[in-house]
Amino acid sequence: MSDLDIVGPQLAVLVAAAAVLLVDALIPQHRRIVPFVALAGLALSAAWTLSWVARDDYQTAFEGTLSLDKFSVFFYFLFAGITATVVLASIDWVNRAGRGQGEYYALVLTSCAGLMFLSASRDLITIYVALELSSIPQYILAGWGKDNRSSEAGLKYLLLGAVASSILLYGMALLYGLTGTTMLDGIADAIAADGESHRSLLVLASVLLIAGFGFKMAVVPFQMWVPDVYQGAPTPVAAYLSVGSKAAAFAVVLRIFFEALGEGFLSDDWSTVFAVLAAVSMTVGNVMAVVQTDIKRMLGYSSIAQAGNFMVGLAAISVSGEEFTLGASSVLVFLAAYAFTNLGAFIAVIAISQRIGSDQIKDYAGMWKRSPVLALALAFCLVSLTGIPPTAGFWAKMYIFNAGIRADLAWLVIIGVLNSVISGYYYLSVARQMFLGDAEGADRVRVSPSIGLSLGVATLGVLVFGILPTPLISAAKDAAEIFSRQ
Amino acid sequence: MDGAGPTLAFWALSAVTLVAAGGVLVSRNLLHAVLFLILSFVGIAGFFLLLSAEFLAMAQVVIYVGAIAVLVLFAVLLTPAVGRDNGETRFIAPALLLSVALAAVFIFVIHDTTWNTVDEDPRATVESLGTALLGRWVLPFEIASVLLTAALVGAIMLVRSPEEEAEDGLA
Repeated sequence: MSDLDIVGPQLAVLVAAAAVLLVDALIPQHRRIVPFVALAGLALSAAWTLSWVARDDYQTAFEGTLSLDKFSVFFYFLFAGITATVVLASIDWVNRAGRGQGEYYALVLTSCAGLMFLSASRDLITIYVALELSSIPQYILAGWGKDNRSSEAGLKYLLLGAVASSILLYGMALLYGLTGTTMLDGIADAIAADGESHRSLLVLASVLLIAGFGFKMAVVPFQMWVPDVYQGAPTPVAAYLSVGSKAAAFAVVLRIFFEALGEGFLSDDWSTVFAVLAAVSMTVGNVMAVVQTDIKRMLGYSSIAQAGNFMVGLAAISVSGEEFTLGASSVLVFLAAYAFTNLGAFIAVIAISQRIGSDQIKDYAGMWKRSPVLALALAFCLVSLTGIPPTAGFWAKMYIFNAGIRADLAWLVIIGVLNSVISGYYYLSVARQMFLGDAEGADRVRVSPSIGLSLGVATLGVLVFGILPTPLISAAKDAAEIFSRQ
Repeated sequence: MDGAGPTLAFWALSAVTLVAAGGVLVSRNLLHAVLFLILSFVGIAGFFLLLSAEFLAMAQVVIYVGAIAVLVLFAVLLTPAVGRDNGETRFIAPALLLSVALAAVFIFVIHDTTWNTVDEDPRATVESLGTALLGRWVLPFEIASVLLTAALVGAIMLVRSPEEEAEDGLA
């Protein structure tokens, strides 16, 4: 099978990006169809991925640098879904901004292709280039608003991102220097052969890699940019950053650490690092979120806390035998559940703040009377973020904490549960404002069809996976199978 | 490497590169900092030559010393409204402490490791580089070209003036 067929899902997205630019430039009178061209490209990409699933013929391409396996297929679907939802949620905002319609969607799509490459790469060079392909459009999109806040967000994200990239490169260079290869399986072989005598270097390289990807995952202590960027960037872009780049960073970290650095003596070291980072991230994120008055900042801190929850799954590698992949699959379940939930919350925020012109939590008072549907949808997503049934967030937390317990990380799970209680306080206090507070304006808040559709898709996903989690969990288990060592 | 020549060259280049890099941090005038940066780039090009990677050395000079440094100089000269000083910061002491600690860790680890060395002549010709880029590494190569296109589109969008955008809206 030709290599081009294997990169088909990415090619479809990139061709759509080019088509979007051309439609915008050549037939400006039909500019309104631009987002739908983007959606068509994403649908084609998902269909192409589906054809691979139907063929059930997983293989590598480009001399092993790219791997089409159940893991990458899982993420292809996830990224196509996330990007489609973000495109739908962006239509109103981009129309109002009134400039660069084609360019906006083209950059979103290019970034999506980067995320897809990132989840499928098995070679450090490709991983690095794919990371930049997903990041650079995001830096630009964060500064798209051009007001002071947005420019500050773009610049901050770019500068800190560049620093994180260089730290990451340093870690990769050390790994290459020791093993003489950039391929993940080659690195794993070299470490299995005589890695133990180079433990100090491998630990240093792991720490540098964690620091570099920690920026994208937005975990403490690499989280400083998150609240400012989420607050300043256009809200659809903030939604994209909070799920897209976070999911891709976790995907690539799973691949590098479980595949290349999974050797027993080494994984003991870095799983401790992940466990500590998880505990610190959860606690700092939640405590900071409690005092926020701006809902976008609050969601920023909450996404830091959620990244701490994901990390419990990374730390749970010490599970042995048949359940070796339990930690990895729990991260995948959590990522998918979180993607739907957080997108839903952000889209509800887009819809509400578009009408009331404010991101302050106190202005959400009485939203129940002004728009029952929006208030219900947002409250439902916040309940899912807290981890209360019958939502996807509940199963995700159950599953990941279960992985933690199996890996003898009871202390970490206790911290996680305590943090869920703290997070319940600030998530539900927004809901309390909406349902019990007094409305300041009496006018109804209306929702445009595109926002309504994207919000519907996201909340429906949260509900469906909340009631029927089995398909998602089995898909995640299949995807994580690639890491099994028998 | 044999003979005293390469060893001498290595230490000389190291001294130039490191001192120049330190100069970037220490010099108070932004233009001086840029000039130090260029010197540091030249030093790195020297390392590539020493490792018989002539093409990389040339690329380093053309891209970093030529294009990037000139771009930085232009950026400094064309933005007269902002300060030209290198900026004082309250974080000098903690930053110094952190860098010394990091340097200590790195030096320890690099000494602690037995590095693989290549015995045969690793001369990378332009031909072998080209074959590698369009053969084994064609995927990252092509991803990089998409990346440059996206960066170009984004840069144009970010620098467009409001007037140009108004015209665009009427079209």
